Amino acid sequence: MNYSEFLKMIPEAFLVLALILVFIGDFCLNKSERKNAVLSKLAAALLVVVGVVTTSVTPESAFGGIYASSAAINVMKVILAFGTLIVMIMAQPWVEKTHRLAGEFYMLLISTLLGMFMMMSSGSFLLFFLGLETASVPLACMVAFDRHRKDSAEGAAKYILVATFSSGVMLFGISFIYAATGTLYFDDVANVVTGSPLCIMGLTFFFSGLGFKISLVPFHFWTADTYQGAPTPVTGYLSVISKGAAAITLCTILMKAFGPMVEYWNYLLYIVIVLSITLANLFAIRQSELKRFMAFSSISQAGYIMLAVVGNGQLGVAALTYYVLVYIVANMAVFTVINVVEHNNGGRTDMAAYNGFYQTNPKLSFLMTLALFSLAGIPPFAGMFSKFFVFMAGVQNGDPMAYIVVFIALVNTVVSLYYYLLIVKAMYITKTDTPLPTFKSDNGTKIALALCTAGIALFGVVSCVYEWIAAAGL
Amino acid sequence: MLLGLWLSKSLNQVRGVMVTGASCLLALSIWLTIYFIQERAAGNTAEMLLTYSTPWFKPLNIAYSVGVDGISVVMLLLSSIIVFTGTFASWQLKPLTKEYFLWFTLLSTGVFGFFISTDLFTMFMFYEVALIPMYLLIGVWGSGRKEYSAMKLTLMLMGGSALLILGLLGIYYFNGLYSGEYTFELTTIAANHVIPGHIQNIFFPFIFIGFGVLGALFPFHTWSPDGHASAPTAVSMLHAGVLMKLGGYGCFRVAMYLLPEAAQDLSWIFLILTTISVVYGALSACVQTDLKYINAYSSVSHCGLVLFALLMMSQTAVTGAVLQMLSHGLMTALFFALIGMIYGRTHTRDIRELAGLMKIMPFLAVGYVIAGLANLGLPGFSGFIAEMTIFVGSFGAHPMSGDPNASFRMVATIIACMSIVVTAVYILRVVGKILYGEVENKHFLELTDATWDERVAVICLIFCVAGLGSFPFWVSDIISPAAGTILESIGVM
Repeated sequence: MNYSEFLKMIPEAFLVLALILVFIGDFCLNKSERKNAVLSKLAAALLVVVGVVTTSVTPESAFGGIYASSAAINVMKVILAFGTLIVMIMAQPWVEKTHRLAGEFYMLLISTLLGMFMMMSSGSFLLFFLGLETASVPLACMVAFDRHRKDSAEGAAKYILVATFSSGVMLFGISFIYAATGTLYFDDVANVVTGSPLCIMGLTFFFSGLGFKISLVPFHFWTADTYQGAPTPVTGYLSVISKGAAAITLCTILMKAFGPMVEYWNYLLYIVIVLSITLANLFAIRQSELKRFMAFSSISQAGYIMLAVVGNGQLGVAALTYYVLVYIVANMAVFTVINVVEHNNGGRTDMAAYNGFYQTNPKLSFLMTLALFSLAGIPPFAGMFSKFFVFMAGVQNGDPMAYIVVFIALVNTVVSLYYYLLIVKAMYITKTDTPLPTFKSDNGTKIALALCTAGIALFGVVSCVYEWIAAAGL
Repeated sequence: MLLGLWLSKSLNQVRGVMVTGASCLLALSIWLTIYFIQERAAGNTAEMLLTYSTPWFKPLNIAYSVGVDGISVVMLLLSSIIVFTGTFASWQLKPLTKEYFLWFTLLSTGVFGFFISTDLFTMFMFYEVALIPMYLLIGVWGSGRKEYSAMKLTLMLMGGSALLILGLLGIYYFNGLYSGEYTFELTTIAANHVIPGHIQNIFFPFIFIGFGVLGALFPFHTWSPDGHASAPTAVSMLHAGVLMKLGGYGCFRVAMYLLPEAAQDLSWIFLILTTISVVYGALSACVQTDLKYINAYSSVSHCGLVLFALLMMSQTAVTGAVLQMLSHGLMTALFFALIGMIYGRTHTRDIRELAGLMKIMPFLAVGYVIAGLANLGLPGFSGFIAEMTIFVGSFGAHPMSGDPNASFRMVATIIACMSIVVTAVYILRVVGKILYGEVENKHFLELTDATWDERVAVICLIFCVAGLGSFPFWVSDIISPAAGTILESIGVM
């Protein structure tokens, strides 16, 4: 075996290094009072290093094509590392509480990220599946991290059960594809894949497996309970990073391996997108628990993300990556606020807790408003740009069906605006006798919110962010 | 030409900054108008003046490009007048003053940006920027059923913009497909003029209705009365005065300019709808008892007239439409300002409870009479000029020269003309009821007349209304050539 091949997987190699360093750090500082502070700074610094390194490496393939990275994938890796960094920073107040387990949390976080990196840059179904599992299993541990809370364990149980089941379905699909084409490498599959029933079956099963990770509609049942049960930072992580990684993977595999079958998976996508966006929006309207609410909101956002893949066009990858980036900052801003409110409010996350929030905490509620506007796609915030680009990508092939799907998605933006405005209304307009007391945010929250808000404000108006992504995407 | 952007400087300060900002804005628009007239006089016949364009999202062919022609110049002038007076009208607004002006400024930034953009994407972005602050402005500082109205208004307008996105994407891709040049640039798309008729017919309704929602096109006008009634004074002024004009401007500049064949094919449907808005709006205003509702329905009627005239597609009618936008903008702003001031004192807007205001607050009452007379189209005020031009233009739009639609247009014009009579009915009814007669509520006798800041706003608006009515030609000379150029490109002239 040629060990120098490992050097071609530089982002992954650095992540493993980071993992080891955090482990050593945790081990050495086990008795120290300052363990938390040191570990969090160490982990954050390591992630920054990973991000910087990833921007500078040229993508290569290794191990005979089983590992195949590309410029677009590397951009996505940087974005996900950035998102994970935000999660890490905003998790501060919560990590403080679970003092003894800080090290474990950072290790789990980094190892799921490692799994996602592998999944994204896989060149064959084998490595892809390996990466997927590496990403899923630590996530279940993270969901169950609040050991004193029953619903945390319940969420984790649901997550792991559905994950196992969908992995099984996906393996089934992959074996069909293997049977039909005789290979597991994406490029080879693309050469021989046809519209035969066996391939269609394989594609469908495979699709449903990833649909679970992205929580698209027929595969979304775990989402609400898991999001509600998980500790808030983990919910944030699930909703943006895990979803973004799975989305880009699905996008590349559909385009690379199933490129010739585009007319089959296009219809699959149309149905799934319309269902995801519409149903999730309708459910979201009725939620009064903010984390459940965000769960349904994230399902509908997943529908918008997949809109970029429709039509297999060249704008797709860039639009998707950009959407994920903007979605990360907006959604993480919301979760950061939820998290800090939860910790100053005895664990309440229902919407009524936010009544009159503006009177007592004007800054936080203003930032929350910006984030919600961005999620709803209101300019001049970044969300509007990313939505518009996704719609552009969706109709780029001029397929009349695509126009109809985009139209349905557009109508749904109005519905989503309605429920996002409900929160804004609670914060600004609804009067209450017992608003939340004024509190000071900790430093972690402040930094995370500053990063997110800068992203929300600038990623849209400053066009070079999109151009950077688009340059890699082509 | 960073008119839209520089206003954002005055974000975090309060009254002083707001007045300075608004005055600068006004001065700048006046300068712009004068400059524009000079350029035209000097024989510069380019379609757009003061153009500036810079690529924004290169891979998607999106550019930030701005420029003005005659129509946008007068719209900018109108907007800056309304912003200026609106600032004074909300002088005494109490809770959360800073936030109020912040959103107010964002709203006006959107409006200015919209009028100067010549790139579809930029235009659309500013359009949405102008919409969303409304939710908070009405929801937080409004009165009455404010939460309901704010939500209804926002959702209906965003629904309109959802239609709009689809229409814009359609234009972008089909223009690119047939001309090989993918661009969002308005003038380029119009010059290419390659989108086939049947495809235009698909996308025209999306864009026209999308903008029409904001222009209070029947049956999409229902947000407007509720919204206006609940909004705080200055927001009503800006909204009825300027935002509703965005709809008319967009219909003309995007829908008709870029999809000319469809505009001619489908104009009959929309002519029927606009005729209904004109008459229905006027009739509804007759039966309302809330001052703001009366005025809101009157706005529906007048804005319907704008769309009506645009669809007639003759130079005179289109000039009249723009004049009507101007005149209606000023009048409605005046009306809402006065209503706001009266409401601020009496705490009721129900005309059954108000009477004899002439004795109590003569200044406001006289202002109200003037606004009313201008609204019903008395010669000497702007309303007369605008409506006259519209009806002359649309009646003679297509003489008997073989146009099968001529008689249809005539009938529509006659029906729309009837709204003038109805307007007179509701205006005079209100004026008679609230201003004259015995003061029923003794408590009202203690109320005071207008303060200085309110007088500034009112006098300024009356001055503009009368000025436009007495000297309309310098304005119509700016508008008319621009309208002519666009109509030529549509191919009806």
